[in-house]
Amino acid sequence: MPVSKEILDEVALSEEEYQLIVERLGREPTEVELGMFGSLWSEHCGYKHSKALLKQLPSKSKRVLVKPGEENAGVVDIGDGLVLVMKIESHNHPSAIEPYQGAATGVGGIVRDIFTMGARPIALMNSLRFGPLTDPHNRYLFGGVVGGIAGYGNCLGIPDVGGEIYFADCYSDNPLVNAFCLGIARADKLVKARAYGEGNLLMLVGADTGRDGLHGASGLASRTFEEERELRSAVQVGNPFLEKLLIEACLSLAETDWIAGMQDLGAAGLTSSAVESASRGGGGIEIDVLKVPRREKGMTPYEVMLSESQERMLVVVKKGYEGKVKALFDRWELRSDIIGRVTGDGIARIREGKKMVAEAPVSLFTSSPVYRRRVKKPEWLNKLQEFDVTSVPDLVRKNANSTLLRLLASPNIASKRCIYRQYDHQVGDNSVVLPGSDAAVLRIKGTKKAISLTTDGNARYCYVNPYLGGIIAVAEAARNLACSGAQPLALTNCLNFGNPEKDDVYYQLKECIAGMARACRELKIPVISGNVSLYNETKGEAIYPTPVVGMVGLIEDVAKHCTSGFNNEGDLVFLLGDSQTVDSSIGSSEYLELIHGTTKGNPYLDLEMEIRLQHCCLEAIGRGLIRSAHDCSDGGLGVALVESCLANGLGFISDDWQPEGRLDAALFGEAQSRIIVSVAPKFVWKLESLAARHHIAATKLGIVGGKRLILKGYINSSLKQLGEAWRDGLERLL
Amino acid sequence: MKFGIIIFPGTWSDRDCYYALSDILKQKAEYIWHKETDLSAYDCVILPGGFSYGDYLRPGAIARFSPVMSALERFASRGKLVIGICNGFQVLCESGLLPGLLLRNNHLEYRCQWTHLKTENTSTPFTSQCRNGQVLKIPISHYEGSYYAEDATLEELENDKRIIFRYSTPAGRIDEPANPNGSLRNIAGIINKKGNVLGMMPHPERACEPLLGSSDGNIIWESIIAGI
Repeated sequence: MPVSKEILDEVALSEEEYQLIVERLGREPTEVELGMFGSLWSEHCGYKHSKALLKQLPSKSKRVLVKPGEENAGVVDIGDGLVLVMKIESHNHPSAIEPYQGAATGVGGIVRDIFTMGARPIALMNSLRFGPLTDPHNRYLFGGVVGGIAGYGNCLGIPDVGGEIYFADCYSDNPLVNAFCLGIARADKLVKARAYGEGNLLMLVGADTGRDGLHGASGLASRTFEEERELRSAVQVGNPFLEKLLIEACLSLAETDWIAGMQDLGAAGLTSSAVESASRGGGGIEIDVLKVPRREKGMTPYEVMLSESQERMLVVVKKGYEGKVKALFDRWELRSDIIGRVTGDGIARIREGKKMVAEAPVSLFTSSPVYRRRVKKPEWLNKLQEFDVTSVPDLVRKNANSTLLRLLASPNIASKRCIYRQYDHQVGDNSVVLPGSDAAVLRIKGTKKAISLTTDGNARYCYVNPYLGGIIAVAEAARNLACSGAQPLALTNCLNFGNPEKDDVYYQLKECIAGMARACRELKIPVISGNVSLYNETKGEAIYPTPVVGMVGLIEDVAKHCTSGFNNEGDLVFLLGDSQTVDSSIGSSEYLELIHGTTKGNPYLDLEMEIRLQHCCLEAIGRGLIRSAHDCSDGGLGVALVESCLANGLGFISDDWQPEGRLDAALFGEAQSRIIVSVAPKFVWKLESLAARHHIAATKLGIVGGKRLILKGYINSSLKQLGEAWRDGLERLL
Repeated sequence: MKFGIIIFPGTWSDRDCYYALSDILKQKAEYIWHKETDLSAYDCVILPGGFSYGDYLRPGAIARFSPVMSALERFASRGKLVIGICNGFQVLCESGLLPGLLLRNNHLEYRCQWTHLKTENTSTPFTSQCRNGQVLKIPISHYEGSYYAEDATLEELENDKRIIFRYSTPAGRIDEPANPNGSLRNIAGIINKKGNVLGMMPHPERACEPLLGSSDGNIIWESIIAGI
């Protein structure tokens, strides 16, 4: 073959894939075509290893207007003529190499996906994973990522309302940076990312095109890498000020009828932007790379087509309106240039002046091969799951209090305040529940409604049991929304996994998606958008399988939203859900890892009960029966009680609490489907009869009051002491 | 009366100010593009928060050269009311309409959090509706909000009672832990000599409804409205 292995490696195509291209084209591809195929057939753009699996995820409901893959982000209807647009996306590999810019441009990219559709971005969230902060390199990555999110996001005037951060060894060289954005639009003003209408013009807006980010899609996001420094030039540099101007200008443009479509430039730059919008529009495109404004001299057509320079938009301008559109961008001092046009023949043509450098059917570029593989369950996974947790010595009573304090100070459980106070979480005048609760709540101006947002994904569970872990990721996100009083509407997911060409990793991916699909079906929550980040491994070790779920729910009346903290002295505290202690529930728990240094044993979930529990909680909130709701997750009942106390500085007392089985499982086991609620004494009977109707156990735990947390005979600590452990746990490691 | 809200490229509190004034306080409010040169239609002009020109060079350092700023100087010299919030405060200091400047927070981190402000002077057009010493709960959101001025300027500000708000505890005690950014003398907001130009780092437009955690910011707007 005429093309060397080195060249194919550079564009991340296999020899078989190259032969497929030659066969379909009927000739050897040109250099530019090869680069375009490499990017568009990459995992990042083409989903070749995951597409077949992702089909299992349900994507329909009465409210879903745009499903995954149809546009840049998914869309759900919330009534009153309004729609929500949302998506989550990874920027893991760039962040591993250059944490500040990697994270910053991750925020920039996901925000563009939202306003491209004519929706004003109103909320950001981030789901982050790092190696332990005891390692200086991990601290460097952590500081850079948080700084990049703050530096870029704060400049845009979009509140960053939530997210999650976990630490584990497997992320040491490969941190995860998943950025979520949600926007709101009038249903009749949505803009499509479609290049249609023969003769319409392609206008490139925003930043000049430079050599930054070459091979971002095919290199960074679709391969493992050992010599990361070699790929540094593949990381882009963000300019949030320019992005802010683009937001305002493009949203103004969305109000006009001057354009046929709009598409941002993200992974694979102009190549994917132009080809994908042509594919959606059903036509062809013609671009002259000489018309593309450059940042530096001497750039080749290949570099122009594959540059991932940030803050650029491709606008499909209706013929005759180019003057008006240009004037609008001029007002915002944004550069705009006509670089090509829409054609009717389904061919993508790239010229350099008069010279044709690429010419192939759009459909060839977008029909990447789809790989399905048969893999067996790895033997090591059986061992992890069969682990007998009763072989671990139980917690002794006199150590309960000190163990609780250790758990509270664990960076996975400790307060994330030192992070989120660096993000503007109030701009927009919508933030009703700020970061630190189970879910963020934003009201929708002009209506009585509010939305609730969360991201969740416990990778430890997925490592031990990818199928159950996938179910739990969805169930926990929905439970967090239920605790705020919100009915789940839709979710977006980011699937962070290792190299799918390895059997074990493919098995994890397959099982995890199957678990998520089952939970989505049974909880009736459609998946409307998402992103897959594979090849997350360094030096041959894969990360934990880490599906991250971003979920949005609707609260019909914002006045009825609920928060996680006890807020009234004398209220009674009940546990809704599983009252029986499940001894095995310390499996894969934070407790087992922190205290016994091991991550083994299946997590525990009863999905049918989970559904009943969520319905029960939503009804209790909707009828105004309860004053707070907080689910038991990391650190179990013990940690959840502390968090409910610390939120408003109100203590809790129980005189007669007794563990039924193992003490560690009762206090720190992570059996799912449990919600701690506080209720006024006069409503107790109503809550109990409601719970009985849903076949949910309601177990009285104690009473709200004082300035201590007391489970008599087991735990007795002042809120001051608990608060210090919890608040300083993360901060003192930085 | 009519409020004008200036928009520089990169401003983002414009919409929140508009919402607080128009939707909550039912006042007339309009946006003013930074290239405008005539402010005669307005009674009070707001320089909102954000990152004008990306805060490149220094916050406010580029915005002060916008065409609207010379108009604003004339507007202020006629005794009309001007309020600069966050980035707006920084622009006012850069343009010399207010003394001193805003340095990086002493801990070198961006901070978004609720703060409490003790009202130090209630005989200004911006605080006339406050009780003496009233503590207002209003949030901050900035990276460069640490107020700095030379001793002589600080003394002058003290003597003229031009320090309008100081960061305090909820009970009104002015101490180090209540200071979120290292501002000298816990300064959160000051006025000019004439008393018609206020600059403050906290965002009153974010404290406009109990649902959002506080409506104390409205007292500042209500004071302005009552005086005109």
